[in-house]
Amino acid sequence: MRQSSSKRNPNPMEWKRKDLLGLEELDREEIELVLTTAESFKEVSRRYIKKVPALRGKTVVNLFYEPSTRTRVSFEVAAKRLSADVINIAAETSSVKKGETLIDTGRNVEALKADIIVIRHNSSGSAHLLARNVGISVVNGGDGWHEHPTQALLDMFTLKEKFGRLKGLRVSIVGDIAHSRVARSNIWGLTKLGAEVVICAPPILVPPHIEEMGVRITHDIDDALRDADAINVLRMQFERDERNAFPQQIDYFRHFGISTERLKNAKKNIVVMHPGPINRGIEMSSEVADSANSVILEQVTNGIAVRMAVLYLVSHAHDKINEATD
Amino acid sequence: MKLLIKNATIVDPACDVHAELDMAIEDGTISHIGAHLKEEAETVIDAKGKVLMPGLMDMHVHLREPGREDKETVATGTLAALKGGVTSLLAMPNTEPAIDTKEHVQLLKGIIGRSASAQVYIAGTLTRGRQGKELADFAAMQEEGIVALTDDGSSVDDEGLMRNALRLARDRRLPVICHCEEKTLANGGVVNLGLISTKLGLRGIPCEAEYKRVERDILLAEEAVCRIHIAHVSCERSLEIIAKAKKRGVQVTAETAPHYFTLTEDAVSGYDTNKKMNPPLRSTQDKEAICQALRDGTIDVIASDHAPHTESEKEVEFDFAEFGVIGLETLLAVSITELLHTKVLSLSELVSRLTSNPSAILGLHKASLKKGCQAELIIVDLHKEWQVTKNSLVSKSKNSSFLGRRLQGVVEYVILGDRIVHKARH
Repeated sequence: MRQSSSKRNPNPMEWKRKDLLGLEELDREEIELVLTTAESFKEVSRRYIKKVPALRGKTVVNLFYEPSTRTRVSFEVAAKRLSADVINIAAETSSVKKGETLIDTGRNVEALKADIIVIRHNSSGSAHLLARNVGISVVNGGDGWHEHPTQALLDMFTLKEKFGRLKGLRVSIVGDIAHSRVARSNIWGLTKLGAEVVICAPPILVPPHIEEMGVRITHDIDDALRDADAINVLRMQFERDERNAFPQQIDYFRHFGISTERLKNAKKNIVVMHPGPINRGIEMSSEVADSANSVILEQVTNGIAVRMAVLYLVSHAHDKINEATD
Repeated sequence: MKLLIKNATIVDPACDVHAELDMAIEDGTISHIGAHLKEEAETVIDAKGKVLMPGLMDMHVHLREPGREDKETVATGTLAALKGGVTSLLAMPNTEPAIDTKEHVQLLKGIIGRSASAQVYIAGTLTRGRQGKELADFAAMQEEGIVALTDDGSSVDDEGLMRNALRLARDRRLPVICHCEEKTLANGGVVNLGLISTKLGLRGIPCEAEYKRVERDILLAEEAVCRIHIAHVSCERSLEIIAKAKKRGVQVTAETAPHYFTLTEDAVSGYDTNKKMNPPLRSTQDKEAICQALRDGTIDVIASDHAPHTESEKEVEFDFAEFGVIGLETLLAVSITELLHTKVLSLSELVSRLTSNPSAILGLHKASLKKGCQAELIIVDLHKEWQVTKNSLVSKSKNSSFLGRRLQGVVEYVILGDRIVHKARH
């Protein structure tokens, strides 16, 4: 970041957190700082030698309790482009009765003198538990249904790139909101930056009191598309359905799926996002996924810049905190 | 041995006393109550400005012994009780083994005889091993002295079995304590279903899981003409059902715990597992309804639901952490701070919900300061402040919801018979 030629007046605020656990606890300035930091890192991936020495000598551990390819690879690429060493641990979910506890695993990683743990876990709040119990930095790579802050940051980064701003944008989030950490992080982040958020899902997939998080609810996809500047289409995770409460796949596409036909009533340049992997033909038609409106692959590219920014910021904040206490 | 307590504000809802008086205790029995007693005594306590009241009866305590002595024992649990002003308690039978046979009652009685510092009453299970499959032997357990029946920790799902249990309990004149939870509605949840489950991305427990079972148990008890007591009520809808049943003459009583009238689901933010209990902390509206019900008498009893768990069972992912919090040492102080000083309840209303009401429900006509009664009383400074810290707790487990809180109300003396069994350190 330091070597980059930052165009605008660099944000005077400083990042002070050793961890990034969620967007709920961040304020607007902190989110903007991540986004502007990511802008300067994006250029690194376009260089002939795609590497800067910002985290040389640092070790990043990807501690993944849930299978994930894209998030893990994105963090790995981001760390390597910052010259950090990366170790991937695919861990079994611990339980009280058997196996190593999360805290013990975290402390062991800390004892290896790693600097940052990126954790992905199927239990909400596990990143918080880990961060409370280790001194090194913790980045939440997705915890249960709770938050996926770097995904929301890259979604916001992509929107900002397209529109030049977030304030006043109308973004509709469509799909299984109840079980989506991507939805929650996007809601916190977008509302803090002044965007208007509409969520659209069958009633059973809308969690109670979500309107108190500052969103408007609709169950009508055409309503969600009307006047929307962007839609973020979530993956339907039919495998989660324990009680046959979800709509049938075919029915879902009929009522909520994004098709070319449906987009005819939307703004012409509506931006279509998806955190991936896409179920083509279920939440979105192939035609839409591959259309000019779709920014799905740009999201993947931007994910690297955003994660570089996050790793860089937490690492420097951690070093600062340590210097202060030494 | 003679003990004289001078200038105490005596509060005894059982006989409607509320005055500044002296009390003499001779050979463990209350011998005189009056103004300016001139008697000589070996020990004289000046209780000017303090309240003298019956010792608390906490009718919902998990002592964990036998079986989980790593969490709590009869010895440590009853010491914690005395420190909190609890002189009598009802031990819940969900131990390992469960208190479900004559032999297991005897086993627990033996432990109590050897190690209890407070008076421990025993509840037996409704079903063998708390499995909800076949009834325990109520008669044999009653011969050994149990005073109530409960499968606390779970509800008896089998309605036919529950119906039989209530009819048999009625014949034995034993109250049945109901843990009201319908598992399919609870749906594996870990917090209240509401804004908190939405924000934290945790599975929620709807109020229906509680009140649907409250309703069922009340209807079954009404038909069986059996006395039932609804444990740990957490939500408004349950209270509406209980109030209606009371109005039409069903012999139902109800209890809540201090966390339900003090905390709401917001307290869980940050994934604090010391705020994870079953039923879960509910909404502000539910909390206010609980306070109202304490005032109007829909809720008869405040009990701690003291549920000790080790640090390794609590310092884990929120989903995996055990349900429950300790409460013996904070029961009185939280009640004083949150109900008395806020004028939700008067002092004598508060004392009745902590002493005479639970005693009457269990058929123990004690918790009174009448002349001739065995002394079982406490002297309390209602205004003295203290902070709840892990170090301040004598319970073996430290999983309190109130860690860090400043509370008012310190138990200065606990007197059992002719002995001062606890004295606050100054």
